[in-house]
Amino acid sequence: MTTSTTTTTPSRWKRLRDSYLWYSFKRDRTAQLCLAVFICLVIAAFSAPMLAPTDPYDLRHIDIMSSELPPFWIDGADERYSLGTDAQGRDLWSIILYGTRVSLLIGFGAVMLQALLGVTFGLMAGYLGGRVDAFLMRLADIQLSFSTLMVAIVVGAVVKATMGSAFYSQYAVLMLILIIGLAEWPQYARTVRASVLAEKNKEYVDAARVMGLRSKRIMFRHVLPNTLSPIFVISTVQIANAIISEAALSFLGLGMPETHPSLGSLIKSGFDYIQSGSWWITLIPGAVLVVLVLSINLLGDWLRDVMNPRLYKG
Amino acid sequence: MNAQAETLSVTSTPTQNEESSDSLLQIRGLKKRFSLSGDFLDQLRFKGGKLVRHQEYVHAINGVNLDIKRGEALCVVGESGCGKSTVARTVMGLITPSEGEIHYGGERIDHLSSRQLLPYRKRMQMIFQNPYASLNPRMTIQQTLEEPLRLHHPDWNQAKILDKVGDVMRSVGIDPDWGKRFGHEFSGGQRQRIAIARALAVDPEFIVADEPISALDVSIQAQVLNLLMDAQRDRNLTYLFITHDLAVVEHFGTRVAVMYLGTVCEVATTATLFAKPRHPYTQALLSAIPRLKDDRPQHIRLTGEVPTPVNLPSGCVFHGRCPYVNDRCKREIPALQTQDDGTRVACHAVEEGRL
Repeated sequence: MTTSTTTTTPSRWKRLRDSYLWYSFKRDRTAQLCLAVFICLVIAAFSAPMLAPTDPYDLRHIDIMSSELPPFWIDGADERYSLGTDAQGRDLWSIILYGTRVSLLIGFGAVMLQALLGVTFGLMAGYLGGRVDAFLMRLADIQLSFSTLMVAIVVGAVVKATMGSAFYSQYAVLMLILIIGLAEWPQYARTVRASVLAEKNKEYVDAARVMGLRSKRIMFRHVLPNTLSPIFVISTVQIANAIISEAALSFLGLGMPETHPSLGSLIKSGFDYIQSGSWWITLIPGAVLVVLVLSINLLGDWLRDVMNPRLYKG
Repeated sequence: MNAQAETLSVTSTPTQNEESSDSLLQIRGLKKRFSLSGDFLDQLRFKGGKLVRHQEYVHAINGVNLDIKRGEALCVVGESGCGKSTVARTVMGLITPSEGEIHYGGERIDHLSSRQLLPYRKRMQMIFQNPYASLNPRMTIQQTLEEPLRLHHPDWNQAKILDKVGDVMRSVGIDPDWGKRFGHEFSGGQRQRIAIARALAVDPEFIVADEPISALDVSIQAQVLNLLMDAQRDRNLTYLFITHDLAVVEHFGTRVAVMYLGTVCEVATTATLFAKPRHPYTQALLSAIPRLKDDRPQHIRLTGEVPTPVNLPSGCVFHGRCPYVNDRCKREIPALQTQDDGTRVACHAVEEGRL
C-alpha cells in the first residue's frame, strides 16, 4: 500500500515524491482524510495495551455490577467508562481498541495468505498456460462456488468436533485467517492471471527467454513487478472484504469468541441488548467498523483511479 | 485438407544439401502451425448427426529451407503475415516448430530443452522490433544489462561485470553513467541501442534482428543500422535480419531471402536480386519500390489478395496471383532450385524456362 512504499532508501522516497501517485495524493482531499483516519485507527488498535484504561481480557477488571453503563454524554454514566460498558461490565472503549486490533490482524493476515496463494497460482496459470492454467483456474472456479460462510461453517464444525471448542477459541484468529484466506484467493489469482496474460506477450519477456533465464526467474523478476498495480488495488478491496467477512462470521457466532471479541463479535454480543435500551454496545463498535472499512474502500478507489493504466500509463 | 496435406508433404523432403559446409545455421523443412480451434471441448462439432473433432490451423510457415553462412547478413523480406517473424522466433527457440529441423554449427537445436539450450543462448541473441516493449519497465538499464552476464558468467565478480557493462554501453554509444535510469527515460533510438547492447553483452556470434528499425523514427533508422553494421565488422557477427524495407536490404544485406505466405520463393545475393529478380513475386515486389527518378513506368500490378494461411492454396502458394501460372503450378509445389549464378528460386516457370 501507499504507506509501505514511503519507507526504505532515500532514492526510493525521492522517486515516490516525483511520482504521479504522490502528485495525485497531494490533490485528493478524500484520500488524505481516509489515509489519516486509517492510520489513526491502526495506531490506536496496535497500541491498545497502552491506550486502553483496562485490560478487557483480564477477568479481574470485570465487574458484572457495572454492566450496561451508558457512554459519558448520557445520564447515569460512570466516569471510569467513557464509552460505557457492555453486558459483561467490560469497558467499551478498551474492548473496541482490542477488537479493532483483532479485526485488523485477521484482515491483513487473511489478505496476506490470499495474496501469497493467489499471486503464486495466478502467475503460474498465466505464464505457464495450458494444462496448469486449466487446472488452477478450474480449482479457482470450484473454490468460488463455495461461499466464505460455507467454508467457515464446515471448517469450524470439523475443527470444533475433532479438537474441541476450547482449542478452536484458542486459535480462533489463526483459524479465521486460514478460512478467509483460503476462501478468497481466487480473486487474486484471476486478477494476477489476467495481467500476466497481458504482460507475457510483451517483448521484454521474450528477451528474457532468449537470454536463457528460467521460467521461475522470469515470472517473479520480470512479470510480477509489472503486475503490481492491480495487486495493490485489489489488496485494499480485499482487506476491507476480509474485515467484513470476519465481522459477518463473528456476528453469526462462527468467529471470534466472546472472551476475545473482534468488532464483529462485539456487534453481535450487543445486538441482544439493543431493544432494552443499551444501544451503545452494538452501535459504537458498528460505527468503528463502518469508518474502518469505508476509509480502506475509499483509499482503494483512489488507488484504482491512480493506477488504472487506461487513465495513466506508467 | 487431406489432399493439401499430401501435396505439402512432397516438399518436406530435403531437396538440397549443398553449401552446408560453411553455414552457421541451417533450417530444413521448417513448418509451424498455430491451432485456431481452442481447447478440446471447443473442437467438438456436430456434423451430420455425429460428434466430430474439428481442428483448424494457421499455416504460418510451410517448409522453409535456409542456410545462413558465417559472417553474412541474411535479410528476410516479405509482406506482413508471411511468416518472417515466425521463422526468427522459431530459430531462437521462442516457438517450437511443428516439423523440420534447425541446426546451429552442425548441432540440431530445435528439440533441446531450455537448459540444454543455455550454451547456445550465449552464442545467439535476438534484437526485437519494438524498443518500447523490449525493455522491462521496472528495471534500470544497468540491471537489464547485468542480467545476461550474471546468468552466463556466474564466475565473474562484480567489478568484471561492471566493466563489461560499461564497455558494451560505450560500444553502442550510451553513456555508462545513464545506467541508473529506467527504459522510459530514453528515446526510441536510445532504447533500441540499449536492446542491442543487451544482445551484444554476452558476445554472441549470431544475432537475429526482427525488424529492429521499423518502429523507429526515420532519422534514427540510419544510426541504428550503422551501429549494427559496425558491430558486425568489429565482432564478426552473423545476422538474420528480418525486414520489409527493401532500401535497408540493399544497404545492409549480403544475401536476401524473399518469403511469401510461409515459403521462401527466392534466395540470392543482394546485388543479383536487385539486378535480376527471378521469381514473379520478387519482380512484383521490386517494381513496387518508389524511385525518385521513375524511368520504369511499368509497375507490376498483382491482382487479388494474399490467400489465407488457414486454407493454403494447392501447388505453388503464389499461383492465384502469378501472371505466368499454368496447370503444373496449381498442382505441384515448387522446390528451391539453384540457378547458374547461385540464386535459388522456387518457381516452375523459371525451371521450365518460360520466364
